[in-house]
Amino acid sequence: MSTPALEFNDLQLAYMVRGQAREVLRGVSFAVQPGETYGLVGESGCGKSTAAYTAVRYLPTNARILGGDVHLAGRDILSLDKKELQNLRANDVSIVYQDPGQALNPTIKVGLQLMEAYQLLGQSKHDALTNSREILRKVQIADPESVLGRYPHQLSGGMQQRVVIAMALACNPQLIILDEPTTGLDATVEAEVLDLIRGLRDEFGTSVLFISHNLGAIRAMCDRVGVLYAGKLVEEGRAQDVFDNPQHPYTVGLLRCLPRHGSRKSAQRLETIPGFQPLLGAPLPACVFVDRCPLATEKCRSVAPEWTQLGGRKVRCHHVDRVHELVSSALPEGTPSTVDRSSTPMLVLDGVSKTFHQGGQAIKAVRDVSLELFAGETLGLVGESGSGKTTLAHTVLGIHAPDQANTITFDGKNLKPGTRKRPADQVRGIQIIFQNPDSALNRRHSVRRIIGRSLRRLAQLPHSEVDGALQEITASVRLTERHLDMRPSQLSGGLKQRVAIARAFAGHPRIVVCDEPTSSLDVSVQAAILNLLGDLQHDRDTSYLFISHDLRVVRYLSDRIAVLYLGRIMELGPAERVFDGPHHPYTEALLSAAPSVDGDTRERIRLDGEIPSAVNQPSGCVFHTRCPRRLEGDLCSTVEPPLTPTPDGGVIRCHIPFDQLGGQPVALRS
Amino acid sequence: MARYVLRRLGLAVITLFILSIVVFTVSAVLPGSVGRAILGPFADKRSVDQLNNELGVNGPLVNRYFRWVSHAVRGDFGNSYKYKSPVMDFVSKALTSSLKLALLTLVIVVPLGVIGGTIAALRQGKALDRIITITGLSLAVTPEFVIGIVLILVFPVKLGWLPSGGSPKGAVLDQLKTMLLPALTLTAILFGYLSRMARAGAIEALNSDYTRTATLKGLPRHVVLRRHVMRNSLLPTIAVIASQMSYLLGGLLVTETLFNFRGLGLLVADAARGKDIPMLMGAVFIVGALAMTMSLLADLLIAWLNPRVRLGAKQ
Ligand SMILES: Nc1ncnc2c1ncn2[C@@H]1O[C@H](COP(=O)(O)OP(=O)(O)OP(=O)(O)O)[C@@H](O)[C@H]1O
Ligand code: SF4
Ligand code: SF4
Ligand SMILES: [Mg+2]
Repeated sequence: MSTPALEFNDLQLAYMVRGQAREVLRGVSFAVQPGETYGLVGESGCGKSTAAYTAVRYLPTNARILGGDVHLAGRDILSLDKKELQNLRANDVSIVYQDPGQALNPTIKVGLQLMEAYQLLGQSKHDALTNSREILRKVQIADPESVLGRYPHQLSGGMQQRVVIAMALACNPQLIILDEPTTGLDATVEAEVLDLIRGLRDEFGTSVLFISHNLGAIRAMCDRVGVLYAGKLVEEGRAQDVFDNPQHPYTVGLLRCLPRHGSRKSAQRLETIPGFQPLLGAPLPACVFVDRCPLATEKCRSVAPEWTQLGGRKVRCHHVDRVHELVSSALPEGTPSTVDRSSTPMLVLDGVSKTFHQGGQAIKAVRDVSLELFAGETLGLVGESGSGKTTLAHTVLGIHAPDQANTITFDGKNLKPGTRKRPADQVRGIQIIFQNPDSALNRRHSVRRIIGRSLRRLAQLPHSEVDGALQEITASVRLTERHLDMRPSQLSGGLKQRVAIARAFAGHPRIVVCDEPTSSLDVSVQAAILNLLGDLQHDRDTSYLFISHDLRVVRYLSDRIAVLYLGRIMELGPAERVFDGPHHPYTEALLSAAPSVDGDTRERIRLDGEIPSAVNQPSGCVFHTRCPRRLEGDLCSTVEPPLTPTPDGGVIRCHIPFDQLGGQPVALRS
Repeated sequence: MARYVLRRLGLAVITLFILSIVVFTVSAVLPGSVGRAILGPFADKRSVDQLNNELGVNGPLVNRYFRWVSHAVRGDFGNSYKYKSPVMDFVSKALTSSLKLALLTLVIVVPLGVIGGTIAALRQGKALDRIITITGLSLAVTPEFVIGIVLILVFPVKLGWLPSGGSPKGAVLDQLKTMLLPALTLTAILFGYLSRMARAGAIEALNSDYTRTATLKGLPRHVVLRRHVMRNSLLPTIAVIASQMSYLLGGLLVTETLFNFRGLGLLVADAARGKDIPMLMGAVFIVGALAMTMSLLADLLIAWLNPRVRLGAKQ
């Protein structure tokens, strides 16, 4: 067999914290074969990035290798001297990580940064320039010349990541390490970047170590995957096998946390993995997963499980024979939706527009949006970044004033623009939960004080009643007494988000705007938060405006979905129909961009280019510049289609008749 | 960028205008009768009034202000009460000396501060870092006159190497010798701030993703430091140098008095002591204008170095 591109042998690594060695990788072994793409998955903090940076020996000063070795292209990288290491990085391995905006030097032109990589290989300036141009073309940048002369901040996120990938490819490395390369990018951009990486990998025969929290992306990209838990690999095998037929209780749990197969809150709750990963440096039980494992027995506490080989895959578990019990166990039932669509809607938007004026230009962020939200209903808002989701939500919240007054009605009354002008009950009635709970929570205050303050301010409770209400609300978001005296910085991301939710619900709001509430959370935590949001909605009949770039999450929680593009509603309808079709060509493209853990059966629909600027909007149908189903002739580019009612009470904005739109059962498609 | 420059320039003009009003009102309103101030408590009322008339300090305040401004913009701050000759002559001479001293100080302190700070950042947490940081801090909190006196005691008095004071005159080398001790005093004061900023800037740049990218590209360490770390860490350091400009001018005042150095500081101090109003107004106004010009230049430099500002990105 040929030498692996990357090989970890029983690697043990610890971080020194206050003189104590805290083990993070506890005997990790795996190999990436030439031309192979290997995925590493696992919850935050399990050591994925540490493994990635060990492979290029770029570790914080407090890292200590306690044992084992790492071979890259057959060389023991832990024994290289400075010069050899530098050569290795220049020639054999590249790494791409999250947030391309930060990865490029803001004060140096893109071209010079790219040329640097070639000049390092001893090329002349002229050759370096020619090659830079060439590689930019390879990463599908249409106009390399102009990109070379720009600074990083003048490129969009997707372009920046292409440049970083181009830089990684410059030395034609044997191995590329990708650590969350698409986190933070739009689904459509993510899909393009993944396509690009796949294409280049096939073209150059590069090996790839791919790390992502997006299990769908891992499945779409990888030949094999390793599941890492608390610094130990617990399962490894072909990606397809591991995802379709997980054999370790942890992998099973991870996959069951995801809303899959079109699951909905009304049908079933999501599985959560109760408990936490063992703390860093804590003494490990024999089986690392034992504290959270539903199958754990006495043996699991006393004897560390070795690999069980299952024809081409390995599982580290004593009770592999019982795992099918977990797989087939039914998920708890969900809470049926009780939305009464004949009642007066909680919120009515009637032709809401929002234009920002900046530097003499009119940025039309939201155009003529009309919709209704009923009590206890969730309306999902989806669309690429720049489509106006957040602006719309902020207009409802009163952060922005809509262009025309009197276009928003809340609970039968006209909603004034600007939170200051609103009466207290309107302010209390509409609250928000952010993606990043830190921004909503005062770092210096205890949880008790944060929630207590909201109870006094929003619910206007007298002091004597605050304590009782505090108990009630903290119990309903499942925080315990112990958490109340902690500060936000002492809480994990999921717990912080619970505090933020408690705060938002303190004044018994009628509507809660959820702006990417689970995007920075692990899937198991996300599942718990989604269950919680479902329960709170059911108990209190609260309505949600729910924004998320994760379409499966939106589908799980939403009753109806509005798809936005350049500030317009392109389509609005019941969640099932919007997802399963017939749907708008834009929705169809969005859906096909999101890779699925269940494997992709559909051909991906490509959207060319980026979302046009909100200043110079295209004529006719605003989507015509990218629409894969644009009609022959110039109807689409000259006439803006009206919002046409659909049989299920929704609307679609497209010249194509409803019964000829995509995604519908074949029978309907004539 | 052009718009930024224009806006910044406009702001500078407005600030200067406000400064002129403040300087004028303070000196016009505070000392009561100017004539009385000059002639002393025993002069008779008639000669006081006569002098007041001669000096033109009797008319309405607004008229006097505009007269003062219309002259000031032409570089005419009137005559010194004490020396009976144009204020501008004294101010411009003092200005030249002070600028020389400031320049020499900057030439010494900027490289020292930047290099010291960067070395401290590279040795973060190690002994050298501590030494640099603690030295800088202790120097910064020691009053100028203490440092100045120690320097005077050591070099001129004990070793007899350098002059203990005076103003720069004659050959360049002699001038440098005269200015060295005051410049070192100022350096001691400024080094702490500067090196601390340079250290913070360098640490931030060292920990940044782009430095990681550069290292993992396989660039040699010195190239990474020069091209990627220093370049970005200098930005905040320049900002500090700029904001320390007025501090430097303030430091000049004390240091100049100590070393009997004929610069703006000493001029202001003397004028204030001698109630020489035109001189005081002229000198203060020039000091203010100088501080502003420097911070303006520094801001423009920062903007020019930072492509995000230069190319007018939205934040
Ligand atoms: N320099 C350090 N000193 C001490 N602990 C560290 C250090 N760097 C990382 N850790 C800890 O080591 C553990 C593993 O970190 P690592 O970044 O490898 O996790 P990860 O799997 O990449 O997580 P994520 O999914 O959040 O990126 C975490 O608990 C982290 O807090
Ligand atoms: S060894 Fe035991 S505790 Fe560990 S995963 Fe298997 S069944 Fe669970
Ligand atoms: S109207 Fe035309 S361009 Fe617009 S979505 Fe429909 S088919 Fe595409
Ligand atoms: Mg990571």
